[in-house]
Amino acid sequence: MSDTAVKKSEGEGGLPLLETRSITKMFGGFKANDAVDFAIRAGEIHALLGENGAGKSTLVKMIFGSLQPSAGQIAWRGKPVEIRSPSEARALGIGMVFQHFSLFEALSVAENIALSFEDKLSRRTVAENARKLSQDYGLPLDPDAIVGDLSVGERQRVEIIRCLMQDPQLIILDEPTSVLTPQEADTLFETLIRLRDEGRAILYISHRLEEVQRLCSAATIMRRGVVVDACDPRKETAASLASKMVGADIDSVERTKALKFGGAALELKNLSAQSTSPFGISLKDISLTVLAGEVVGIAGIAGNGQAELFAALSGEEPQTHASSIVFFGEPVGRLSISSRRQRGVGFVPEERHGHAAVSALRLSQNLLLSRHASDSDQFLSAGVVASDALATTTARICEAMDVRKSGDDPVAASLSGGNLQKFIMGREIDRDPKILIVNQPTWGVDAGAAAAIRQALIDLAASGSAVVAISQDLDEIFEIADSIAVMADGRLSNARPASDMTRETIGLMMSGQFEAAA
Amino acid sequence: MILQLEKRPQASPLLSVLSPLLALLLTAAAGLIMFAILGKAPFSALYTYFIEPLTDPWMREQILVKATPLILIAVGLSICFRSSNWNIGAEGQYLMGGLFGAMLPVYFYELQSSLLLPAMLLMGMLGGALYAFVPAILKARFNTNEILSSLMLVYVAQQLVDWVVRGPWRDPGGFGFPGTRSFNESATLPKLWQYGDAHWGAVLAIVSALIMWFVLSKTLQGFKVTVIGTSPRAGRFAGFSAGRLTVVAFLVSGALAGLAGIGEVAGSVGKLDDKLSLGYGFSAIIVAFLGRLNPLGIVAAGLVLALSYIGGEAAQISLGISDRATRVFQGLLLFFVLACDTLIHYKISLTGLRQQKSQGAAG
Repeated sequence: MSDTAVKKSEGEGGLPLLETRSITKMFGGFKANDAVDFAIRAGEIHALLGENGAGKSTLVKMIFGSLQPSAGQIAWRGKPVEIRSPSEARALGIGMVFQHFSLFEALSVAENIALSFEDKLSRRTVAENARKLSQDYGLPLDPDAIVGDLSVGERQRVEIIRCLMQDPQLIILDEPTSVLTPQEADTLFETLIRLRDEGRAILYISHRLEEVQRLCSAATIMRRGVVVDACDPRKETAASLASKMVGADIDSVERTKALKFGGAALELKNLSAQSTSPFGISLKDISLTVLAGEVVGIAGIAGNGQAELFAALSGEEPQTHASSIVFFGEPVGRLSISSRRQRGVGFVPEERHGHAAVSALRLSQNLLLSRHASDSDQFLSAGVVASDALATTTARICEAMDVRKSGDDPVAASLSGGNLQKFIMGREIDRDPKILIVNQPTWGVDAGAAAAIRQALIDLAASGSAVVAISQDLDEIFEIADSIAVMADGRLSNARPASDMTRETIGLMMSGQFEAAA
Repeated sequence: MILQLEKRPQASPLLSVLSPLLALLLTAAAGLIMFAILGKAPFSALYTYFIEPLTDPWMREQILVKATPLILIAVGLSICFRSSNWNIGAEGQYLMGGLFGAMLPVYFYELQSSLLLPAMLLMGMLGGALYAFVPAILKARFNTNEILSSLMLVYVAQQLVDWVVRGPWRDPGGFGFPGTRSFNESATLPKLWQYGDAHWGAVLAIVSALIMWFVLSKTLQGFKVTVIGTSPRAGRFAGFSAGRLTVVAFLVSGALAGLAGIGEVAGSVGKLDDKLSLGYGFSAIIVAFLGRLNPLGIVAAGLVLALSYIGGEAAQISLGISDRATRVFQGLLLFFVLACDTLIHYKISLTGLRQQKSQGAAG
């Protein structure tokens, strides 16, 4: 311990561990990072805050060597360095845990870890080291387990241990809690505090201001590629941090007083579906009733059957029993997605690019994508595409949802995540769906756009439509849902009024203990 | 050293348009080197290949004749390739089109009727479509690799045509040479002008390109092709069936290849013989890509490739260059077209591994 204590004093008293000096990154004519000064010291957990597209990823990628700065300098322990690749970053002592895991599901934990080393280590050495680290840091993990069988939280531990194997002095974590239950997140925080106390520096990227305030002693806030503030998050409020990120006070979502709900709009009756892929989740005996005018939030950690539930509801995977899914009294389980849309139902999947929209196509073409069947009288005449009608409607949607874009009809790929999501949401809301089913409505979307999207969902329900919002963001669920059900391992709990639920009960239910929480 | 392809943040729009021309220039440059190695004067050989045919009216007409089947087949391939259905067996579909279309004039060789020719063309399209249906249904139903199944069926078709023209369909008055009876006038595609070789197949090729262009760029069916071709998952979200599109694309492509086949039989040759398989079905793949899978681009690309055939024949006669040089040219052209398209979207970067290691050790 004495040696870590030395490191700690060295860090706090002297130079920052890592520093960027007016670092700039250009993509063509676009400045993703503009003269960014940033410093992190040993023994601190430092938050990097900012909306999507603020330049956080670009900065981190330059620190981790996957991007090269166009100008400026990076200094490691005061000395200028050039980090030309992630392996050079690792050699310096910088490790990174990614938001999207890069693990091979069919291989074991030890094999996955061994793969990341350029030097050949025997699998047994790797397994032993991994086991030792997992004990030392309170991260229980079996090196021989197959990754495909692990929960998301356990997979994250694999990533963390893989990172720790290199004994890094600076650890970068990208949105680490976005996939964890509140309980799992608490375990992670303990580990992080322990790593900090050993004198390591942790760069913590997160959207969740509460966590940042709880964990971090310093924060750097970025907006549009520049650092707008560096502060101590413990001395700020969540609202002040958020307004620094957005640059304006965010409109909070307004809940209209709960109206009288109508009759049952959507009913699921003992819906079961075998998973079609080896690593998918099978749906087990799901029942749910959603009333007209109601927003039902489906909470749960990603990968517990949400994607499969969405595919069953949308008709992308038609079911064997027609009566397992009922829209307004009509069994629709065996109908295609187009037939379901013709019955006034709208769908918004989680993935924007390549699922909800085709990146290379224009917005008007992406409008046609989901509405060619339900609005064929408007957008098609004898099979020929009516481009004028599409252009008018595209303009109307962009206006209604405040979609910011360059040009009248740009390709979907050119929009930021938040603006594209607003368009995709607007595309469905524009036709006044009687039922709207949304998976992760604001995943990876900046705070301003997220508020607008949530407001749109609430307004839609207030106008008498039924809304199902599948989301792993508990704040979001509490903000919009009238009642809440929780998904775990392909099962769905009973829906209960949101006012009866707390974070703790939902957290328990996320781990599958529906009865214990009831 | 590690050789890596890195995606460019933005593809240059100018280069995207110029890519086929760039490929042609590179092919010509490689051709110069090839001729120099063969010991021929490079520039005059290139002239014989690519310029001389354009100066001669007869050769110009031959280019049109050659381009006709290439364009017809490539137009069909465009709908397949755009929807990621890799139909490599157009040659087989072309042969089956010729075979099916020839059935009528072979069995009813005395029949004279104005309906005979349209019926033959329809039969040709049917033959090609049926033959393309085999790999299509195998892919849609059993997820069979369509590249292999369509390609292998080419060899089956070649043997089949070879057998009928030597066996059951051989012309009784043909001195034992392989080939059917010559068709009578009502079973031949009329020429475009007197004493010429160009026939109405050329008009069919242009018309089919125009129709395909309209369908692909203006209709919901064309939209389906684009969506499923670029993003199958978004296609499913849109409610489009990838399996059904696979079948439709193969049927259309097969029918056009079949039309090209019966067009050759009834237009250029006037009978079915053992020389029908000239590799048009394979060269059309180059035409389709050189034309950027755009039916109108394909018309231009078909003419360019036809030029290389005719130029090759001229070079064979006047310079004694083997006709295999033509195949080399076509191979080079496909190579450069694909390479240019790739390099517009990606850049090559070299990462020195040793340099990296030493840096790592120093740090």
